[in-house]
Amino acid sequence: MAAESERVDRSSHSMDKSITLPPNEIFRNLENAKRFAIDIGGSLTKLAYYSTVQHKVAKVRSFDHTAKDTEDDPLYEISMQEEILARLHFIKFENAYIETCLDFIKDHLVNTDTKVIKATGGGAHKFKDLIEKKLKLRVDKEDEMTCLIKGCNFVLRNIPHEAFVYVKHADSEFRFQNTHPDIFPYLLINIGSGVSIIKVESEDTFERVGGSSIGGGTFWGLGALLTKTKRFDELLQLASKGQHTSVDMLVKDIYGGSYVSLGLTGDLIASSFGKSATADKEFSKEDMAKSLLHMISNDIGQLACLYARLHNLTRVYFGGFFIRGHPVTMHTITYSINFFTKGEVQALFLRHEGYLGTIGAFLKGAEEDNPNQYSWGENYAGSSGLMSTSPDLNPMQRARSGTFDMLEMDRLERQLVNLPLLQDPSSYIPDTVDLSEDALAREYWLYCFEEALDGVVKRAVASQPDLPEAAERAEKFRHKYLHKLQTLRHQPFAYGSLTVRSLLDTREHCLNEFNFPDPYSKIKQRENDMALKYFQKAVKSLEELSWEQRQFALVRGLLAGNVFDWGAKAVSDVLESDPEFGFEQAKRQLEERPWLIDNYDQWLERLNGPPHKCALFFVDNSGIDIILGVFPFVRELLCRGTEVVLASNSSPALNDVTNNELQILTERIAAMDPVIQSAVKEDRLTLVQSGSSSPCLDLSRLDKVLAGVVRERHTDLVIIEGMGRAIHTNYYALLSCESLKMAVIKNSWLADRLGGKLFSVVFKYEVPLDKKPTTLDHVPVTPS
Amino acid sequence: NHVVTKKTFPWFGMDIGGTLVKLVYFEPKDITAEEEQEEVENLKSIRRYLTSNTAYGKTGVRDVHLELKNLTMCGRTGNLHFIRFPTQAMHRFIQMGSDKNFSSLHTTLCATGGGAYKFENDFRTMADLELLKLDELDCLIHGLLYVDSVRFNGHPECFYFENPSDTQNSVKTPCSLADPFPMLLVNIGSGVSILAVYSKDYYKRVTGTSLGGGTFLGLCCLLTGCETFEEALDMASRGDSSNVDKLVRDIYGGDYERFSLQGSAVASSFGHMMSKQKRDSVSKEDLARAMLVTITNNIGSIARMCAVNEKIERVVFVGNFLRINTVSTKLLAYAMDFWSKGQLKALFLEHEGYFGAVGAFLELLKSSEEP
Repeated sequence: MAAESERVDRSSHSMDKSITLPPNEIFRNLENAKRFAIDIGGSLTKLAYYSTVQHKVAKVRSFDHTAKDTEDDPLYEISMQEEILARLHFIKFENAYIETCLDFIKDHLVNTDTKVIKATGGGAHKFKDLIEKKLKLRVDKEDEMTCLIKGCNFVLRNIPHEAFVYVKHADSEFRFQNTHPDIFPYLLINIGSGVSIIKVESEDTFERVGGSSIGGGTFWGLGALLTKTKRFDELLQLASKGQHTSVDMLVKDIYGGSYVSLGLTGDLIASSFGKSATADKEFSKEDMAKSLLHMISNDIGQLACLYARLHNLTRVYFGGFFIRGHPVTMHTITYSINFFTKGEVQALFLRHEGYLGTIGAFLKGAEEDNPNQYSWGENYAGSSGLMSTSPDLNPMQRARSGTFDMLEMDRLERQLVNLPLLQDPSSYIPDTVDLSEDALAREYWLYCFEEALDGVVKRAVASQPDLPEAAERAEKFRHKYLHKLQTLRHQPFAYGSLTVRSLLDTREHCLNEFNFPDPYSKIKQRENDMALKYFQKAVKSLEELSWEQRQFALVRGLLAGNVFDWGAKAVSDVLESDPEFGFEQAKRQLEERPWLIDNYDQWLERLNGPPHKCALFFVDNSGIDIILGVFPFVRELLCRGTEVVLASNSSPALNDVTNNELQILTERIAAMDPVIQSAVKEDRLTLVQSGSSSPCLDLSRLDKVLAGVVRERHTDLVIIEGMGRAIHTNYYALLSCESLKMAVIKNSWLADRLGGKLFSVVFKYEVPLDKKPTTLDHVPVTPS
Repeated sequence: NHVVTKKTFPWFGMDIGGTLVKLVYFEPKDITAEEEQEEVENLKSIRRYLTSNTAYGKTGVRDVHLELKNLTMCGRTGNLHFIRFPTQAMHRFIQMGSDKNFSSLHTTLCATGGGAYKFENDFRTMADLELLKLDELDCLIHGLLYVDSVRFNGHPECFYFENPSDTQNSVKTPCSLADPFPMLLVNIGSGVSILAVYSKDYYKRVTGTSLGGGTFLGLCCLLTGCETFEEALDMASRGDSSNVDKLVRDIYGGDYERFSLQGSAVASSFGHMMSKQKRDSVSKEDLARAMLVTITNNIGSIARMCAVNEKIERVVFVGNFLRINTVSTKLLAYAMDFWSKGQLKALFLEHEGYFGAVGAFLELLKSSEEP
């Protein structure tokens, strides 16, 4: 049973009106809000709405170079444009603030044609009149369980690190799970006042397969009777301090030890509260609460296992107010599941569990917009992240009570899917190091990002010289990102596994939040201009080399180009102080072979064989990297008869070349180089968007169009370039075709970690075990 | 070694559980005059003490109504007596064995249950007695099959409820346990063990739960201040659990049709007790009733899931939790029938909690038959 109606605070009419809401942080973008939904539980209200956000984006537009083409004119112009972005807002607050919040919404809601608010949750009917009066919206009640499942499907599908396993004593208590590409089927155990067990088989097919009346209400009700403690949270706190062994009859109390022949250990509970029937003594509140918690958690865990077994399901998610982020109950449920399934089933919890009902209700109301046909992404800048709810464990949490928790999801322009060439999509983990489990690495990277912040702020301001308020905005950005870093220091699990990628992405989200969509636009432009001038010369000098010399020079050129990376601090220092730092100098900086990871000989041997059918190339930086490193390399592939698909970011991130920019660059290079020109014309060289706007790369969330192209062209080689895409992420990624991962390590700490030094080279060429070096499309040729 | 050509009296079987000690005693009724003369004074006094009383000390009870008459075992005919006392009194019991110089009788004391292990050393040091320790689940199954086979003084040992869907009017109906396998055996003592039994000697423990008779009594004692199982059951019989439990209709106003849940189904056990107002006005009887219903339904629910998972249709409930507890037996019969849509059948046995002790007793006789 999901009902929490009894939990509605009876004194809710005496609401706290004294709080003032900071409009910049809570209930943002109300001006364009539409499609409201509300989920009112026993103590918390969750509100959802859809809004459109005016956003600045950097666009590049090619000049008409046929008219005048002088040396000094830039290649393209950069302009800031307004773009409309769809965003979902979810806000969670205590029921006590509901009236204040409704007033605030009423005052700020302007251009809306919304007539209805979808409502769910046990408390919805109690506040129906208030909502209708304040907002002039008709309250339309939706089935609680349906909303719950819809919401659950939505977060599982759109938030990569939504589910986690709870490990009490581990360095990070939260072990985030990779979302399986197919989220169905699963079992959802919703522990409200009772327990509902729901089997979910598809978006619209689910069934309540069972339940139990022993749930959160039993813990609360019995607990209140036994301990005279009124509040649920207080009961949990009592329980966390108690010893159940004084109240429960254990196997050893009956046997004197363990029951060996059945494998039941002495510490196992034989009879919950079994000692309270016989002893004439008083029991402490803590001990009784603990015993009660064990009794209920074990019972629910046992039933969950029986149902999981009956329906042959291994993915079992737990939710409901009994769980809702409480470490104590997550631990006891996890323990119980481990015990009853002997580790075969893991108890999974959800980061946004508290929002499921309101997300579902919102989706019910938004069906005509068909939100499920889009991919959505969690906006780290606008989302509060997961908090530890144990006041003992985390003092920051206490300060949060009485405040607001937020989740914002951006509608992505493209639908995101797996790269079809992943060997095992269900076990693919993009990130190389999980900083939430590696305290040393976490410490370093948090420090590193904090150090780099000044530079980022400076560049952000410099990127908008015409806007006088840019400096003020940049300071707001600094404040926001610094606050995020501080939060992550205390709660590394706030947005799922903490990784270098998530730190970079969070920074991009924060920059966008304050309308710095592309701080590197001018730098990229300058570098692209400069590099283009050397292109023909570079190609010519390569053509003068012997075949074998050229192959090596191409790889070296690509690696040297990759040294030009403003994202890495060591490099940006050099570049800022010495603008003459040239391509040749970069080559000299490169480590001599053998490199840190050096599969060059195998690669060369492979090049002696037949050409690849099609190479998918995830490119990295603008300027020298793309123009003097990547293009000559691509040119050689094309000459060998290999089709090439260049995948670049959909939106800006650091100095990475965007799809937009790459189109212009390709045109310009094609104009200079007949090889590129014919390849473009004949569609042997194709540009696609990755769907990403991150300096890193998640191969499980790529543009659907890209996936289609990869399939159509029978892609048999994937090239991933750069530290962000090939080292911070995908270093261990296994592909079902040949792959080449190339990067220069431009961070001394990371180099040290990997056993190398600054500017060490990673050249990782991998062939899947079950694959011959050629695909079926080609007749194998053995080089003589 | 316990090999004795002719088993000497007295014949006992003992099951020492977490809460109760169950004792079966065979009283030979075919004692010849010669035998009577030879019978040592000690043995005679034990026989007289046990058979002429129905209560022993403050807490020992003989369940006279369960006595099995005119049994023939190992060539002797007599009556089987069923006696119980709290495990807390175990040390007093051992002391009595010592006082009466029980060890001089050279009998084997067959014991099962956890206490056989826990108290083994106490028997040895306090009363110079060696226990023959037996596995409690083996004993349970053997005892159950034996009692069913000898029948209850001419009547069937087993019964079920006719018309289980109507707990007010369901009728206890005797039946035979003929062709008993496979069966799901649910033993409800302080805790609960659930066994899938495929033959006399082939079974597995499927699972168990710590929410058993001990939980019912323990929580009742804490909530109502009662002291005995009888007291708790008596209160429960007079209570109304709907003042304590939150029903589906309390939440949805009626049935929850989306999931075809009846309005009268319990949505949250003790759910009303979240409200202070309702806590202040609830009666002890209502609390006891809710406790009984909660524990019983939960056992029913787990048993049903096990039956489905193990593909067994016959569910046999035993254990002392069911003693004088028609509320629970009827509720279990109802739950098995309702949730399985008539697929599952709940069976009960008259000697509820004594099968372990009977099984231990049978081992004693078995050991005497060995060469």
